[in-house]
Amino acid sequence: MRHLLSTADLARDEAESILDLAEEMKKVQSRRVKKLPALRGRTIVNLFFEDSTRTRSSFEIAGKWLSADVINVSAKGSSVSKGESLRDTVLTLSAMGIDAMVIRHPASGAPAQAAGWTNACVVNAGDGTHEHPTQALLDAFTLRRHFRAATGDPEADWSGRTVAIVGDVTHSRVARSNVLLLETLGAEVVLVAPPTLMPSGVGTWSCRTSNDLDAVLPEVDAVMMLRVQRERMHGGYFPTPREYTVGYGLTRDRLALLPEHAAILHPGPMNRGLEISADAADAATSRVLDQVAAGVAIRMSVLYHLLGGDEKIDATSLIGTKGQTA
Amino acid sequence: MTVIPLRSSVPARLLITGVALADGTTTDIFVDHEVFADPADAPDDVERIDGTGLVALPGLVDPHVHLREPGREDAETIRTGTAAAARGGFTAVQAMANTTPVTDTADVAREVAGIAAEQGACEVVVCGAITKGLAGEQLAELGLIHRATGTQCFSDDGMCVADPQVMRRAFEYVRAFDGVLAQHAQDPRLAGPDACCHEGEVSGKLGLGGWPVAAETTIVARDVELAALTGARYHVCHVSARETLDVIRAAKARGVRITAEATPHHLLLTTDLLTGYDTTFKVNPPLRTAEHVEALRQAVADGTVDMIATDHAPHAPQDKDHAFVDARPGMVGLEQSLAVVVDTLLTPGLLDWEGVADRMSYAPAKLLGLAGQGRPVAPGEPANLCLVDPSARRTVDPADTASLSRNNPYAGRDLPDPVRLTVCRGHVTYRR
Repeated sequence: MRHLLSTADLARDEAESILDLAEEMKKVQSRRVKKLPALRGRTIVNLFFEDSTRTRSSFEIAGKWLSADVINVSAKGSSVSKGESLRDTVLTLSAMGIDAMVIRHPASGAPAQAAGWTNACVVNAGDGTHEHPTQALLDAFTLRRHFRAATGDPEADWSGRTVAIVGDVTHSRVARSNVLLLETLGAEVVLVAPPTLMPSGVGTWSCRTSNDLDAVLPEVDAVMMLRVQRERMHGGYFPTPREYTVGYGLTRDRLALLPEHAAILHPGPMNRGLEISADAADAATSRVLDQVAAGVAIRMSVLYHLLGGDEKIDATSLIGTKGQTA
Repeated sequence: MTVIPLRSSVPARLLITGVALADGTTTDIFVDHEVFADPADAPDDVERIDGTGLVALPGLVDPHVHLREPGREDAETIRTGTAAAARGGFTAVQAMANTTPVTDTADVAREVAGIAAEQGACEVVVCGAITKGLAGEQLAELGLIHRATGTQCFSDDGMCVADPQVMRRAFEYVRAFDGVLAQHAQDPRLAGPDACCHEGEVSGKLGLGGWPVAAETTIVARDVELAALTGARYHVCHVSARETLDVIRAAKARGVRITAEATPHHLLLTTDLLTGYDTTFKVNPPLRTAEHVEALRQAVADGTVDMIATDHAPHAPQDKDHAFVDARPGMVGLEQSLAVVVDTLLTPGLLDWEGVADRMSYAPAKLLGLAGQGRPVAPGEPANLCLVDPSARRTVDPADTASLSRNNPYAGRDLPDPVRLTVCRGHVTYRR
C-alpha cells in the first residue's frame, strides 16, 4: 500500500488486515504506557486545508503513539487566494523530507493530486465531497466488533449483512468511502435519501437505493445516519428541517422498526433532533462513541501499513514484545 | 521549423506540384505573392515543392481562441498564440474578449488589433464583449468596437449572458450592422462556479460539482427564441451536448439565423479522463460522455454544427496546479485541431476533405465576415493555404509548441501530424 486515497484502492485482504491490526492497536490504548516504537524516526505532516479538530487530533495521537514525529500544518483558506498553488504547497513540504502527508482539503481530489507530486505516502483525511477512507475504516471496525459481540462469533464476517446509509449522500465523503469499503468487505449497502440528496449516476453504483426509510429499516443490520450540513437546511435541497426529520430522521418511532440487534452509527457531529433523535443517539445499540474511540486505533493501523515497512505485518511481535518495552 | 509574423516577412513565390485539392482533383498551385496565380505563369527559377501525396486546403480559420494579451502575457501573447495558429494551419483566428482589460471598448479593440497587425502570424479578428466587463448587465460599446475594427462578432465567452432581457437588447442592437452574438451557453444557476465535471456517473463518484447538459440546452433554447424574435444572428460557442444539437437542428429547420461550433476536444475526449483529477482536462463546458461525443461528430457531419473552433485556452501552470475545482478551465488546441478532425471525422468517413475545408475555413470565415479568408485554392484567390500531409503521425509532446502554455490534453497521444506548410496572404508563416 503506497497511499490511502480511496477505499476503492483496498482489496478485501488489505482492508481486513487494517481492521485486524487496529484490534491490536486498540488493546495498546488500554495500557498505561501507550507508545510503540514502530515509526520512530519517521515524520508525518498533518496538512489540513479545512478545520477538523477531531480528525486532526486523532491522526496526531495515532502518529505519536507509534513514535513518529508529527507536525500539524494548517493551510486553511484557498491556496488560490493566497497565491500559492496546491502543487507548490505539497512540493515545499515534500522537499523537507517527510515520510507521510495526511491531507484534509475542502476540494475533491486534492490528496490524489498531491500523491502525484510527492514521494511521501499520502493519506486522504477527507477531500471535499469525495472520500474519507479512515472514517469508513473506523466505521467498518466498529461494525465488525458490534456484529461479533452480538452473535458471539469472533469470526463473524460481513456476508448477509445489510447496512443502510441515510441522508445527504450527495455531499458526503463518508458515504462514498463506506459504500466502496462495505461492498469490498462483502456487506450489502442501501442508500436512503430524498432524490435531491442522491449523487448523480447513483443508478450505476452497485448498491441499492431507496427514498423510503421506513421500508428499509426492518431489514438492516446497521444504520448509518449522515449529518445534515447547515448550509443545506434552507430550502435548497428539502423544504424544511422539520420535513426532513419526518421523512429521513431516525426518530424515536423509527427505532421500533429497527431489528433489535441493529447498530446505529453517525460520523458526527450529530444534529440531535434533526437526522437523529436523542433516543437513537443514546440507544443501547448506538455505536457512536465506539466510532470515536476506534479513530485512533484505525489511524495507527493505517499509518503502520503505509510506513511500517514491506515485511508482513505481525501484530503480535509488534505489540507483544516491542510494545512492552517502549 | 519556423513561424514568422506577417509583418517581418515578404510574400513568397512558390510552385507546389502534383498536389490534391480538397475536391480530389490533382493540380499544380502557384503562390504568386499575395494571390494564387496560373501555374503556367510560374517562372522557371521559382521555389518548387513536390506536392505528391499532399492535400492543399484553404488556410484554416478558427473563430474562437484566447490569446491572453493584454493581461496575461505569461500564458500567451498575440505573437505566440498566432504562431501556434500558423503551426496548426490557420491563417485567421478570432481573439475572444476576456482579456484584462476586457475588449468592451473601442480602445481595447484597437489595441489588440494593432498588436496583431504588428506581431501576428495570421489575421486576427478582435471579438468584442457583449456586456461591460463580461458582467452580463450593461451593453459594451458594440457599435464603436464595430466601427473601430470592423468586427461583427460579439461574445462574453467564459461567461454566459444569462439575463434574457440583456441578451434580447444586444440582439436588437447589433442588427444595425448585422452583428452576431456568440453565446457561451451556461445557465449560471444550473451550473455555477463549482460545476466542473459533466453531471453524471463520474461527477457523482469523484464528488465534483456537476455541470448538467440542461444548463447549456436551456440557454440555447431561450436564445433561439430571442434570435427569432429579433431576427438577429446567433452563434453557439463550443456546443457540447446531444440535447443542444437537437435544439440547433430544430432552429435551423425553422429558419432561425443560427450557427454553431464544436471543439476538437469535445470531438475526442470524454469525462472519464477526469478520474485522476488531472486539471489539464478541466474545461468549460466540460468533457462529456461517449454518447455526446458521437452525437457531436454526427452533427458536424450533417451540418448541424457548422464549424470547428478550438477554444484554445492557454494557462500558466500556476493557474492549473490547484485542486480541481479551483483550477482554471481550458486547454490549448490550435496545433492539434486539424489532427483531431482528421482522426475523428475524416478517417471514419464522416467528412471528406471538402467537408474539412468547409468546417474549418469556409464556414468560420463566413461567420466572421472575412472576405479574404475561406476561399477556394484557385488562381485569382488570396494565397491562404494549409498544405497537408494526411499520412504523417506523431506522439503529441506538450513542450513542442509555439504556444507559451503546455496545458495540452492530447499529451502522449498518437495523432496525425498533418500541417506541412502554412501560407497567409502569400507569407509562409510555417513550414517543416
